[in-house]
Amino acid sequence: MKTSEMEIKTLDYKNAIKDSFIKLTVQTQIKNPVMFVVYFGCLMATIICLWSYFTNKLSVFDVQICIWLWFTILFANFAEAIAERKGKAQADTLKKSRTDLVAKVVSESGISNLSAEFLKKGMIILCEVGDVIPADGEVIEGIASVDESAITGESAPVIREAGGDRSGVMAGTKVVSDYIKICVSCEKGESYLDKMVSLIEGAKRRKTPNEIALNILLCFLTLLFIVCVFTLKFFVVYLKGGTFSIDSTELLIYISLLVCLAPTTIGALLSAIGISGMERLLRRNVLAKSGKAVETAGDIDILLLDKTGTITYGARMAYEIIPAPSVSIDDLARATFLASLEDQTPEGKSIIQYLYHKFQVTKYNIPKESVRFIPFTAETRMSGADLIDEDGKAFSYIRKGSTEAIKKYILSFSGSFPYEVEETSRNIAQMGGTPLVVSIDKEVLGVIYLKDIVKTGIKERFEVLRKMGIRTVMVTGDNPLTAATIAAEAGVDDFIAEATPEAKLKRILKEQNQGRLVGMIGDGTNDAPALAQADVGIAMNSGTQAAKEAGNMVDLDSDPTKLLDVVETGKELLMTRGALTTFSIANDISKYFTILPAVLTGVLVINNHDLGTYLNILNLATPQSAILSTVIFNAIVIVALIPVALKGVGRVKRSAQSLLTRNVLVYGVGGMVTPFIAIKIIDKIITFFSLI
Amino acid sequence: MKIDVIILWVVYFLILSVAGIMLGKIMAHIFKEKGVALEEKILKLIGIDAFTAMNWKEYLLAVIVFNFVGLILLQLILMTQHWHPFNPEARNGLSFWMAFNIATSFVTNTNWQNYGGESTLSYFSQMLGLTVQNFLSASTGMAVLLVFIRSLVKKEITFMGNFWSDLTRFTVRILLPLSFVFALFLISQGVPQTLNGSVSVKTLEGKELKVPVGPVASQIAIKMNGSNGGGFFNANAAHPFENPTPVSNFFQLITILLLPVSCVFMLIFMLPRKQEGYPVLGVMTVLLLLGVVLSYWAQVQTIPITHMSFREGVDSRFSLSECSLWSVATTAVSNGSVNCMHSSLSPLAQLVALFNMMTGEVIFGGVGAGLYGMLLYVLMTVFLAGLMVGRTPEYLGKKIESKEVIWASFALLAPGLFNLLFSAWALNFQLGLASLSHSGSHGLSEVLYAFSSTFGNNGSAFAGLNANTTFYNITTGFAMLFGRFAVIVPVLIIAGSLGPKKKSPIGPGTLKTDTLLFGVLLFSVILILGALTFFPVLVLGPVAEHLILNIF
Repeated sequence: MKTSEMEIKTLDYKNAIKDSFIKLTVQTQIKNPVMFVVYFGCLMATIICLWSYFTNKLSVFDVQICIWLWFTILFANFAEAIAERKGKAQADTLKKSRTDLVAKVVSESGISNLSAEFLKKGMIILCEVGDVIPADGEVIEGIASVDESAITGESAPVIREAGGDRSGVMAGTKVVSDYIKICVSCEKGESYLDKMVSLIEGAKRRKTPNEIALNILLCFLTLLFIVCVFTLKFFVVYLKGGTFSIDSTELLIYISLLVCLAPTTIGALLSAIGISGMERLLRRNVLAKSGKAVETAGDIDILLLDKTGTITYGARMAYEIIPAPSVSIDDLARATFLASLEDQTPEGKSIIQYLYHKFQVTKYNIPKESVRFIPFTAETRMSGADLIDEDGKAFSYIRKGSTEAIKKYILSFSGSFPYEVEETSRNIAQMGGTPLVVSIDKEVLGVIYLKDIVKTGIKERFEVLRKMGIRTVMVTGDNPLTAATIAAEAGVDDFIAEATPEAKLKRILKEQNQGRLVGMIGDGTNDAPALAQADVGIAMNSGTQAAKEAGNMVDLDSDPTKLLDVVETGKELLMTRGALTTFSIANDISKYFTILPAVLTGVLVINNHDLGTYLNILNLATPQSAILSTVIFNAIVIVALIPVALKGVGRVKRSAQSLLTRNVLVYGVGGMVTPFIAIKIIDKIITFFSLI
Repeated sequence: MKIDVIILWVVYFLILSVAGIMLGKIMAHIFKEKGVALEEKILKLIGIDAFTAMNWKEYLLAVIVFNFVGLILLQLILMTQHWHPFNPEARNGLSFWMAFNIATSFVTNTNWQNYGGESTLSYFSQMLGLTVQNFLSASTGMAVLLVFIRSLVKKEITFMGNFWSDLTRFTVRILLPLSFVFALFLISQGVPQTLNGSVSVKTLEGKELKVPVGPVASQIAIKMNGSNGGGFFNANAAHPFENPTPVSNFFQLITILLLPVSCVFMLIFMLPRKQEGYPVLGVMTVLLLLGVVLSYWAQVQTIPITHMSFREGVDSRFSLSECSLWSVATTAVSNGSVNCMHSSLSPLAQLVALFNMMTGEVIFGGVGAGLYGMLLYVLMTVFLAGLMVGRTPEYLGKKIESKEVIWASFALLAPGLFNLLFSAWALNFQLGLASLSHSGSHGLSEVLYAFSSTFGNNGSAFAGLNANTTFYNITTGFAMLFGRFAVIVPVLIIAGSLGPKKKSPIGPGTLKTDTLLFGVLLFSVILILGALTFFPVLVLGPVAEHLILNIF
């Protein structure tokens, strides 16, 4: 496994290097104005070198400058290429499961086979046990358990059924039981994943508003430096008191000056930052419809979460067992265990798990043959188990069910229903839980407290969100009391109880009117309007197609705390851009001090004092080495910062103030100091190997 | 450092702060005041609607039309001054390009003077032409600032005040009373105020000498208050009739900064949270103080060759500290009046003056204009810093998006770019070079100063450059128009874009714009943008001259 991963990585790098050269076309370069200026400079430098060569004036210095200018472009291309390759690799692993699938299309004439490539929206397809679902869609008939591990990495199969909130299925997942008929909702090339892939390809990627704004600033700065360098020549001509003339090396020096001053660092990495942001999101199993949505996620002030299935597990689970008076808790545990042993409902399973963890009751405590499971029926509203002897004759009856059902059942045997048990049941119901009473024969043993359990670790994640300035609001259809209990347990800031779709929408609009950006996580069809209205709507993959259409992101793992990852990615995208822009601009200050003295050498010489030499505060060896060192630094710094562009500047989970302090120190002050040190070192190396 | 210099600085800044706070509070009140004021009723009588709030387009249209009409009128007055009354010295009408230059200069609040006032203009031109524009150009700057502030402070606002109302309220309630009182003060100090022609006196040698006088005090009062700076006399505040006594010198120094400082306090009083204004105030103050100290230090150095300090060009009535303080204040604020000749300042003091103007006049800057320029820098800083905290940048709760960035970058960078292009052009062009009185670095400074002064709408002159040529009349005329309206138009566009936006509430994830750190960032952005644009040319100009003078 390791080696193959390594092979893929080397292949990625090899391909990225190849891409760097392919991207040298004018059409590609013109899309990035800053780098296009450098590109144009490179072309001019090449022509100058060729011309010098044919007129026998070519110097080693000229050639080296020319080569390093081209490297600047290539490094920039490489940054974008490697980000694309990584993103594509990530998308491919997701995509792999989708290729070469054959769909069974249901039509009036029966069932025909069709390649998944040719599926159209609205077609009905049949998926049976063992089939891989060929396209995204909605279940319209049947119920089946589906293995979504190929996409979500979660090994437990999930139930997908027609109607309700669990009707959405994803291409690439596998039916493991029963059969379902699916209405195709996305044609190939239209699905979320395909949209995501287009966000990863540099050429097709649409820029986000923040990126556009930054690009404009960078264009203005580049224009500024073009004018600066252009006019500098004329100021120099004036000071020399001569007429305008320029030789090939001097022209190269002015081109170098422009390339070094232009914000090439951020210009070169801008695209890579955007692409790798999407790639990081993909790695976290979140699909986004647009880059804009991801960045907006970074701005969210308030987050609305649907309670069921997002904050809680959705199904009620065993929380506690409370024995009736004069019944030992072990007796209750044992009876409960037997009654639930073959109960396949989530409640039943949770009881077994609870008993195992709490009382170490396992099925080995009792021989399996001696129990006959009585499934739940709507008529009795009870389930349970009969204990049987060797002949299969029942001798004892364990039942569990709602308080009313058991009470009726017990009374029909003229048994007595203890007052304490009724009291306990009422309390549990008041706290928002569900009481299940367990009885054996005529005797009431106690109550199982079923409760909507808050997912583990969710409180901590809300805590982090709060630290980042995001308030959480739980939305639930429960009564206010239940809602308050769960809200307190989950650690949300606020809750909306007895929420209707209108109530959710109203709350979102209210927050938006107060200037807040609202994020919404939901899965049900009744969440769709809210998902559409929210600034960032994240639909759970397990949710309905309507919910997925309405939102602008889909979480493949159906894990609401994923929003934290999305917020982080959004923030990181902006931060990385901001930090590298600051770095790029800060660099210019120090580059002026290394390259300008060299350019000005010989311009103003009075009494053997040369202005250029006097300004050379870094004491670089020669003007040529100073210029070459700066050009080399300018190119290398792009490569050096590729990891930052790909991984992001990190450490997002802090308050704005401390983030700012850190980034200003690292990228602002650091950006000013780094070039001085690096250029001095490069200058030493150049002089040591006498490259000039 | 001498104790008297320290005392001058302390007393100066103390009086300035107290007066600034008081006036700022009054201004905030005047513009907050709702209901129908008397001025608006009077405007109604002459058919101007000063009640209905305007959106940014209507406001911009009003600003442009008003200024354009003012420009044409002033141009006509200047060209036809020989037909008008109050012309005891019988001055002739001016040529088209000269009149164009003067008209643009006064309409754009630059008040760059390519002429000698006493020898060129009639009293009619000075009073009804220039003095009127001294008032109105200052009020225009104020009006634009008000729109900008309203768009930032209020949430979801599309109609941001009425230009005519803003213009008249500021002119009638602030500028007129302030200037009236100040004119009386100046008369008490000996500044002439008369409509009579020049006074003839017999000199000691027995020769007849014509001493020009005129309605000086009334013009000087608004020249100082409205950050105009265009003097009645050619020698500006170095002329004994414009600035007769040490007391008049001190209070004129105060008035240079008074309204610009008040503008900042007005902003602070208008903000929902006063602290938000402190970084702006702090950065302006620090930049000003740095300039004052550096300039004074450079001025008192001895020149190695002559073993003297830089006294050339300083009237013997004034001390070096008064001269350097004035030179820094007048270039920081886009006043442009001078009490000593800037061409003779020490090269580093020239550097300070140049840099002040090159920042786009935002160190308090012109009335209104300085603060809206500074707020553009604030938006730029917010954009960079906002990205660094991982959030779409916001200032006062308003999101800074591409539209704001485009126009802020344009307004902050375009004048600088054209400044470089024009300077390079003038220095490599026969018509440009012909006006120079020095070659080498000092000649470069002369041209650079002229264009920095005009693009920055400062108006101070370096002396030495003969700017009254067709080439410079046209180029500096363009520079003044561009420097003014290439900022006003973007400011109003930005206001139009920011106004209707919602205000996001402040949370722990929001970039704080009321902190020391933000102030430091704002300071750095101003310095770095200025340095990136002008570093090479400043090295070739004043820095080279400094090195030549001291080391080479």
